[in-house]
Amino acid sequence: MRIGVVTFPGSLDDGDAARAARIAGAEVVRLWHGDADLHGVDAVVLPGGFSYGDALRCGAIARFAPVMESLADAARGGLPVLGICNGFQILCEAHLLPGALTRNQHLHFRNRDQFLRVESTSTAWTNAFTAGQEILIPVKNGEGCFVADERTLDELEGEGRVVARYTHGNPNGSQRDIAAITNEAGNVVGIMPHPEHAVEALTGPSLDGLGFFTSVLRALAGAPAGGQLAGGQSR
Amino acid sequence: MTTQQHSGFAATDVLINEFGDGPDTVERARDTPEELQPHADLGLKDDEYDRIRQILGRRPTASELAMYSIMWSEHCSYKSSKVHLRQFGEKTPKNTRMLAGIGENAGVVQISDEHAVAFKVESHNHPSFVEPYQGAATGVGGIVRDILAMGARPVAVMDPLRFGAADHPDTARVLPGVVGGIGGYGNCLGLPNIGGEIVFDPTYQGNPLVNALSIGVLPVERLQHKEAAGVGNVVVLLGARTGRDGIGGVSVLASATFDEGAEARRPSVQVGDPFMEKLLIESCLELYDAGLIVGIQDLGGAGLTCALTETAAAAGTGMRVWLERVPLREASMSPTEILASESQERMLLIVAPDKLEPVLAVAEKWGVWATAIGEVTPSETDGVPGRLVISWNDHVVVDVPPGSLADDGPVYARPIREPADLILLQADRAETLPRPATPDELRAAVLRMVASPNLCDKTWVTEQYDRYVLGNTVLAQPEDSGVLRIDERTGLGVALSVDGNGRYARLDPYEGAKLALAEAYRNVVVTGAEPAAVTNCLNFGSPEDPAVMWQFAEAVRGLADGCLQLGIPMTGGNVSFYNQTGAAAIHPTPVVGVLGILDDVARRTPMGFPPPPTAEGDLLYLLGETRCELSGSEWAWVEHAHLGGRPPQVDLAHEQALGKLLAQASRAGHVSAAHDLSDGGLAQVLAESALRRNIGARVALPEGHPSFVWLFSESAGRVLVAVPRGHDKAFEAAARDLGVPATPIGATSADPVLEFVNEFTIPLDELRAAHTATLPRLFGGVAELANRHGDPEHAANPDLDGAAEPATAQSAIAEPAIAEPAIAEPAIAEPVTAGSVSTGSAAGGSVTTGSAAGASATTEPVAAAPAATEPAATEPSAAGSPVAGSSTDGTGAEDASTPSAAEASVGAGNGSESATPAVTEPNGTAKPDPVAAEKVATGVAQVHTDQTPPEPGRPTAPPDNFPTADLDQRRTTEQK
Repeated sequence: MRIGVVTFPGSLDDGDAARAARIAGAEVVRLWHGDADLHGVDAVVLPGGFSYGDALRCGAIARFAPVMESLADAARGGLPVLGICNGFQILCEAHLLPGALTRNQHLHFRNRDQFLRVESTSTAWTNAFTAGQEILIPVKNGEGCFVADERTLDELEGEGRVVARYTHGNPNGSQRDIAAITNEAGNVVGIMPHPEHAVEALTGPSLDGLGFFTSVLRALAGAPAGGQLAGGQSR
Repeated sequence: MTTQQHSGFAATDVLINEFGDGPDTVERARDTPEELQPHADLGLKDDEYDRIRQILGRRPTASELAMYSIMWSEHCSYKSSKVHLRQFGEKTPKNTRMLAGIGENAGVVQISDEHAVAFKVESHNHPSFVEPYQGAATGVGGIVRDILAMGARPVAVMDPLRFGAADHPDTARVLPGVVGGIGGYGNCLGLPNIGGEIVFDPTYQGNPLVNALSIGVLPVERLQHKEAAGVGNVVVLLGARTGRDGIGGVSVLASATFDEGAEARRPSVQVGDPFMEKLLIESCLELYDAGLIVGIQDLGGAGLTCALTETAAAAGTGMRVWLERVPLREASMSPTEILASESQERMLLIVAPDKLEPVLAVAEKWGVWATAIGEVTPSETDGVPGRLVISWNDHVVVDVPPGSLADDGPVYARPIREPADLILLQADRAETLPRPATPDELRAAVLRMVASPNLCDKTWVTEQYDRYVLGNTVLAQPEDSGVLRIDERTGLGVALSVDGNGRYARLDPYEGAKLALAEAYRNVVVTGAEPAAVTNCLNFGSPEDPAVMWQFAEAVRGLADGCLQLGIPMTGGNVSFYNQTGAAAIHPTPVVGVLGILDDVARRTPMGFPPPPTAEGDLLYLLGETRCELSGSEWAWVEHAHLGGRPPQVDLAHEQALGKLLAQASRAGHVSAAHDLSDGGLAQVLAESALRRNIGARVALPEGHPSFVWLFSESAGRVLVAVPRGHDKAFEAAARDLGVPATPIGATSADPVLEFVNEFTIPLDELRAAHTATLPRLFGGVAELANRHGDPEHAANPDLDGAAEPATAQSAIAEPAIAEPAIAEPAIAEPVTAGSVSTGSAAGGSVTTGSAAGASATTEPVAAAPAATEPAATEPSAAGSPVAGSSTDGTGAEDASTPSAAEASVGAGNGSESATPAVTEPNGTAKPDPVAAEKVATGVAQVHTDQTPPEPGRPTAPPDNFPTADLDQRRTTEQK
């Protein structure tokens, strides 16, 4: 399975995302923001960082990169996409996910090891977890406070599209403790904390992050060849 | 580095009006030998000025005079320190690891056949006092470029920070800004922050010390040089455009070229753009790997002047530069200003002509400017040594021997005299102070000590730094050392620690410097690493004060002797003088960084007690000898506000033995935890090691001293280790063989209690509450529990982590209520920011403090407006800009509207369409940029050279077109 990792100017965790995918057993393909070609990858990770220096708004400019046009089409066609931190922000700006990430309520950049509760295991990126499972992965952001209007929030809840919630403390003030959400089809997931930093005992607080990357490999293995990945099929 | 106390110099004192009748050219200088020049106002003495005239055989031009004043300043020439710093070279042990040392941009140490690391620490003290956020941010940027210039990929930063009293109102202005700036820049660069220091002491009240260390990794063969070798090679300026930032930073040139007016009030601290620096890093690394450049030098303090003269002088060549080719932020800049500008995020490249096109292509790929501005000329033509010749629009404004600027600056042996009060100070020993004696008194003292500002938990600061990015951080703060994996295949890594103790150095600068070295060394060896190299940052008062100069001389002597005794080389460093307010100098503060090598980071020893495998727990040993040494201690300071006596003894041979023992023990698995004893003594170490993973300990303090001495003495050369049962005999034998005293003092325990047998008991919850509450109380935010790294078993206990969400939200919203009165009452902050800058960052750092919010209201009406009008809900975001990189490029005002923008985007389901308006062209460039208006997304370069005209049509979002460019600023500086 080939997982693409996109590098924008200002991407910072791209190497970490690539390492995590590799540890999970994927072949990694590095994608360049200026190249619209997805090089036939089976899934894509939009990594963390400060694309374009967060100019204007986090993710606002990255959304217009050539690679994003192809990616948006492919995502609507079912390609599994995981946006981590800045990647989540880009997915929101690209309207592949609803809502927005705003400045942390306490106004500080915050880096800590954070517990999450996995709420949905029916996405392409979380099928390796069990529902309700608590996992520990690092969070590190300045603008990670998820907001959306009440109707959107209710919709996300009602459709089981809240993928993970903060537990034992909300690090940024996100509405309804939301840490990760998915699109209707379950192939596009945005997550604020950093699973790619919890894949090795030596450097991470746990190995819990690995599950996101093994999930997509499982989903891809189980998906019909060339077919679309529908939400809920993998578990 | 620094030469910043330019008191008495006003903008109008000197006018070099270069535009009245064109620039001051070499020709004109020959024709008007009698013209009076403001050399004294530029910091040059009469005899120095005479020497310049002698070197040139005429009076210098205005540009030349500026260049000499910069390069011969304390900052660039090390004229006061040079005679002392020589010892580092003379006393350095022979060492085959060192690939680059003193005099280079950073020391480079080979750590394996393939890998080398570059590391260095520098100060950015004065700018950080004037404008904490940008001062600290550009400090990080500057040291990172030093590392980059050696061919290394920067992989981490550390920040030794010293502030005034923790509860002083101005500390509440400076600290949040400094921390925000370090985080804002480092996080946005993608560099983990793996350690440092946070020290409070009134001695630093008007002179906070913001030192920044960076470390980078390179393949051995990628080592870069600054020599401008190869006649005909092209001189290329890479990175940000040049603006009026920091002109006069290292000299007092600044005002000389301006009429009084708006510009004269420009803020004096420059603004960093970490996004540009990130692109610069990636471009340079790509250039190195493709073998496209001959030489490279970063531009920091002294800007182009320093880079041009140093590259030419190092190669012994001449150089021809066409200054009008330099891309400018403001077209009206004079040649002197261009030469003196300290605009950030620039590098100077020396490129073979046939490699120019590929170099420009790399720059274009990463979206940074690259401009051919000159060429290397022969070292000798017809018997005449090569000159540095600089023209501006066909006017030759500089024609000098480059070596005269870079290498032949003045050197002074300044008078030294032991401070008159030292004898009395040393006689006033802390060992005679009243002490706690009863178990209850001791218990209360322990709780007060762990809560004191210097000993308390620093999570409030460190969680504003990214410690995970790059995925190689094995240990980070609060561990004794930062440990990084360098080679994923073999596990090869490094440990790095940086330490200093101004109080010890005040009492005895020679021993104090050695103690700092010993502590950094010990912090490295407790991880199991083998120390390999040293760097330093010497923070002192005015060198013109013989007492300060004596302290400096003693400290350098102590450090050099210490390196020789420990057998590890000094690889470079930085001197920061003039850290003084009026006649009062700071405590002499030598800060020392030690680098160690771990052949496999998997065997690193952490500081926290591990969960005990059995009910009995691991055995605890205190290594080293405890004496009654309380003078200069944290206890004497916290409990008695006392400083006097002599600092603890230091025995470097013992430190070496300790290092050998801990490395052996780490290899053999004899130790499960190790923690260096320093400030606060054994009590502090037990508390920290227990709290790290919530594992208790049962301790029986040995005979020989009163319990109080065991708990609070700060004898050097000591380490607390936990030894798994079954390993105790082997460990004791190893300690005996090496002559290291190992005293058993108890065992760890699953019971979350710190128990001192027959003395007192403190539940860890109570200890933690005391330890973690201090900084949140002082600097805002909720008193959250410390976040312990990486122990799911422990952290899974919901009682122990987080539990702060509602409080977080409430407190953030509640803060503005505190800030509000300060808006009406800016008096507190105004004096300290007078004449300086206050961008959105001051507002951001300040939201919890009130006083700084007032300051921002006075100087930055745009950013502060929301705070004044809508204190409740929107103010936090308005003021919070420093957290993200965007704040540094002047989008503070943008940030102020973020909530509404975000809400709009939520409501409307979009909000990104406004991308282009943010891209605003600054007020003019030397070469108008036809692409600027349409750039949006792909980050393609604006490449300008004579050979390559601007490439049209490729859309991009070059960072220079973001509002940064408008914020051209002067600053006082100390960056090298």
